[in-house]
Amino acid sequence: MEKFKAFCKKAWACIKNGTGKACSAVKDFISEPPFHVVKRAQISTKKAMLIRLIAIVAALLLCSLLSAVLIGANPIKFITTLFDGAFGSTRRIWKLAKDTAVLLCISLAVTPAFRMRFWNIGAEGQTLMGALAAAAVAHYLGGKMPNGVLLLLMFVAAVIVGAVWGGIPAIFKAKWNTNETLFTLMMNYIASGIVAYFLLLWTPSGSSVLGELPHGHMPSIINDYFPLIVAVLILTVLLFVYLRYAKHGYEISVVGESENTAKYVGINVGKVIVRTMLISGAICGIAGFLIVSALDHSVSETTVGGLGFTAIMASWLAKFNPLIMIGSSLFIVFLNQGANQITTTFNIASAFPDMVVGIILFFIIGCEFFINYSLKRTEKTKKEDA
Amino acid sequence: MFKKILSLVLVVALTLAVGLTLASCNTEDEFKLGVILLHDEASTYDKNFIEGVERAKTELGLTDSQVLYKRNIPEGNECYEAAADLVDQGCDIIFADSFGHEDYMIKAAKEFPEVEFCHATGTKAHTENLPNYHNAFASIYEGRYLAGVAAGLKLNEMIEAETITAQQAKMGYVGAFTYAEVISGYTSFYLGAKSVCPSVTMEVQFTGSWYDETLERDAATALIENGCVLISQHADSMGAPSVCEDKGVPNVSYNGSTVASCPDTFIVSSKIDWTPYFVYICEQVQADKEIAVDWTGTLSTGSVALSDVNNAAAAEGTAAYLETVKGKLISGEVEVFDVDTFTVAGEKVTEAHKADVDTDAAYTPDTEVVENGAFKESKYRSAPYFDLRIDGIVLLNQEYGD
Repeated sequence: MEKFKAFCKKAWACIKNGTGKACSAVKDFISEPPFHVVKRAQISTKKAMLIRLIAIVAALLLCSLLSAVLIGANPIKFITTLFDGAFGSTRRIWKLAKDTAVLLCISLAVTPAFRMRFWNIGAEGQTLMGALAAAAVAHYLGGKMPNGVLLLLMFVAAVIVGAVWGGIPAIFKAKWNTNETLFTLMMNYIASGIVAYFLLLWTPSGSSVLGELPHGHMPSIINDYFPLIVAVLILTVLLFVYLRYAKHGYEISVVGESENTAKYVGINVGKVIVRTMLISGAICGIAGFLIVSALDHSVSETTVGGLGFTAIMASWLAKFNPLIMIGSSLFIVFLNQGANQITTTFNIASAFPDMVVGIILFFIIGCEFFINYSLKRTEKTKKEDA
Repeated sequence: MFKKILSLVLVVALTLAVGLTLASCNTEDEFKLGVILLHDEASTYDKNFIEGVERAKTELGLTDSQVLYKRNIPEGNECYEAAADLVDQGCDIIFADSFGHEDYMIKAAKEFPEVEFCHATGTKAHTENLPNYHNAFASIYEGRYLAGVAAGLKLNEMIEAETITAQQAKMGYVGAFTYAEVISGYTSFYLGAKSVCPSVTMEVQFTGSWYDETLERDAATALIENGCVLISQHADSMGAPSVCEDKGVPNVSYNGSTVASCPDTFIVSSKIDWTPYFVYICEQVQADKEIAVDWTGTLSTGSVALSDVNNAAAAEGTAAYLETVKGKLISGEVEVFDVDTFTVAGEKVTEAHKADVDTDAAYTPDTEVVENGAFKESKYRSAPYFDLRIDGIVLLNQEYGD
């Protein structure tokens, strides 16, 4: 240990003073690195896409390498399995589309608030409360009215409850400037506790498993997923138009850019915050309604299953543009579905595929750096001049 | 903007095309078993099933490609999707391990009548009347009874050594929910202890979760502070056993031995071994025979297993005594829920008593379950339905489901 310390000391002194050839090279490298970072003035879409593509390919290569080393899998089989899991059968493609739609719906929900720089990380709870409201209506009123009326009531209940759950932190933010990140996060835990309470209430056997509700099922057109997918696509276009062309959308952007500017031009900031969060919450409610009526026909604490958080990433990757979000949601769902197939095909625990998804997303987020900045070769300052 | 969307659409189309060409064909006709798991190896509950499948796989000489696992499948529509996907991959039997999977398994069973669907811990097979949908469980109450006997022997040893008086022989039990499976479990455990230590009483603390290490630790600590001198549990974390080891309180475990982490306090553990069931269903299907609607594994099928007794903590002669009791349980000489051994609110349970066996929305008791002087658990369906609150056991918190 002592020896090592002495060595380090010596090496450091050597580098500092630039004695010896190797040391002076190191010193030069530190004082004048061969590359430096420059902010790009602008970048063509083509070039940006190319950088992203390179990032994805690089990530896939790294993952195949890791899979070969860690689980001894053939790298080509690893990549094909990833695709097979997402596209391997008609059923899987439908599932891919459906899961994308559900994630997209929640991503849409967080978007208006994010454009306003209101960091709503409570989509999980808002969706869960919407799902609970829909399930509650189906549980208490199911069989007492025509299915169409029941579905309508489920929808209305989910939207209202979702909006309220999103609106509460907004009101606190607008009135008392509370921290919305913490507030919305905490609301998630309360939502999950409320669901647990109702499950105990609804299952006298004590199992806390509600099971499939017999009523309030969305009618199946083409298949069970199609109506849901169409509904979310319509919502996507509506939100895109709202954010881009409506006065409200403009107000959201201004508040997001600067609250003071917004106040100066006469925008009621508090009102915009509350209104926008009501919309965010309401869309979460719609997502909850869709999950309950078209998919699970039930509710549990894990109904949303973390999608409320994944949605933040989908929204962010798409730079809060609802149309691009179709692509980012699809990409995330593709990765997850492919990764699940890897656990089945290679018979391994889910930790490894989770790692793969993490690596790929890290590369994609990381490549944004190279889109905003470029590496320039440093021109050597001539020694003679010094 | 338009360009961006166009390139996106192109990327999607390209990946779709690549994917479709990669779509594998499932023409091979070998036997396949699909297993749907709520979590993965990290959960002791699912690990127990995986180990059962793996042992059955070895026993039957199945290859890796004949057993497909779907991990981390939540108790929702995803379960149906996983089952349907396994059908596409050519599975002949599809098994799911969690209670909440049941409705979605039934949905899949209706859609794919040519595939057999087997579900552990479920309650609906005997009322659904589907030829290809089956429930399974084990008479784990027998295992718990034996574990209870070991606990009772330990209490007797403590009474003899005058560490406690006979009146202080109070056990604590950490339960998940006030659900029949848990009630059946703690009652059989208590009756096992009472069969050798008549003065024993028990307190039960519920956590409201199947896996919550903090809550389980807290519950065990509270029970010990309340004067309980021995702890057992029915929840999936190491919370209760580790508290017992810290405080030097003897522990009877569940779902496998915890002797490695608790060498001084672990007495014995009961668990369900699913290997016999997996062997059974695979053999039935391969021989083109029917699978039982409700299958209950017992001590004699090897489905109910006890770990090795830890002599460092258990009373002397425990292992030998357990063997004798086990023999009596198998022969039927001893019945776990013998109505002469317990009372409910001071009264003996009569043959007119009904339990809720057929699941309905209102959970109405529908079946007479007391015959020949004993409550017949797991006879009318494999999943437990014993839900009497017998004297001698105090439930400290009853909010779960009551």
